[in-house]
Amino acid sequence: MKLFHYAAPQHFYPLAGRLWPWLALLATALALAGLWVGFMAAPSDAQQGQAYRIIYIHVPVSWMAMVIYLAMAFWSVLGLVFNTRLSGLMTRALAPTGALLAFLSLWTGALWGKPMWGTYWVWDARLTSMLILLFLYLGYIALTSAIEDPRRSDRAGALVAVVGAVNVPIIYFSVKWWNTLHQGASVSLTQSPRMASIMLSGMLLMSLAVWLYAAAIALWRVRSLILARDSQAAWVQQLPEVLAHRAQRALRGAA
Amino acid sequence: MMWQSASEFWAMGGYGVYVWGSMGVSAALLALEVWLARMGRQQALDEVCEAMDASAGEAS
Repeated sequence: MKLFHYAAPQHFYPLAGRLWPWLALLATALALAGLWVGFMAAPSDAQQGQAYRIIYIHVPVSWMAMVIYLAMAFWSVLGLVFNTRLSGLMTRALAPTGALLAFLSLWTGALWGKPMWGTYWVWDARLTSMLILLFLYLGYIALTSAIEDPRRSDRAGALVAVVGAVNVPIIYFSVKWWNTLHQGASVSLTQSPRMASIMLSGMLLMSLAVWLYAAAIALWRVRSLILARDSQAAWVQQLPEVLAHRAQRALRGAA
Repeated sequence: MMWQSASEFWAMGGYGVYVWGSMGVSAALLALEVWLARMGRQQALDEVCEAMDASAGEAS
């Protein structure tokens, strides 16, 4: 089974290094395509005028903010069950991007809400549960960085990630369960989308771009985390990039 | 193409501040994240070098 082979940081490090440039390249291409479709090709909305174009960033970052939290919960369960070292590192690598996307979801939502609802913020079920998601990310980051021992830190973080995951379905279904100001889902698996196909394709291109971006930056970040965590290990100290960095430091020290 | 002029594009039908406030802040923060991640890698490489220096110091 190859999967457990890559659960070792030593094996995952080069794999992540090969993957991230392709993901980043694809993310950039899809974002450019999505922005072109969304801002150049798609017409204005009959009800919302041009303000609706905020959805091209709002919906993708909101979806990914939820998906990243689920991914963190997934890695955490693996870590708690199999005690694999990579799990804690992957969870940690995902958290800053999740926090950023949750913030952007609230920010872009507020800027859409002002002209459309007449207010930047309401204490509505959808908005409040999204704010809680942002706090869960910040809580995870604060907790894991406060605990020195890496093993204990990973386990404590994993608990927050798993327990906090109940909030994700609450966000998703909040527009159905409660009477909220936020509109219902524009796209769902069970119904055909309630929007023009050109707008939908712009939104999906942007969503895919954000997805790939998140994967690329998390893989980039996990490589740094692996280096720092295994800084005493011989395999890390023999890496060509480490030797090159050391030579550079020596040069700077000599100068 | 659905815009008659560049100024019409930037005005976004009067919603320019909201649309570009969303897109601009998103682009800026994503760029900041990429920059921070690059710094993080340099920091991690520094940490490895310090660990190597420390073990070299112990050995001698």
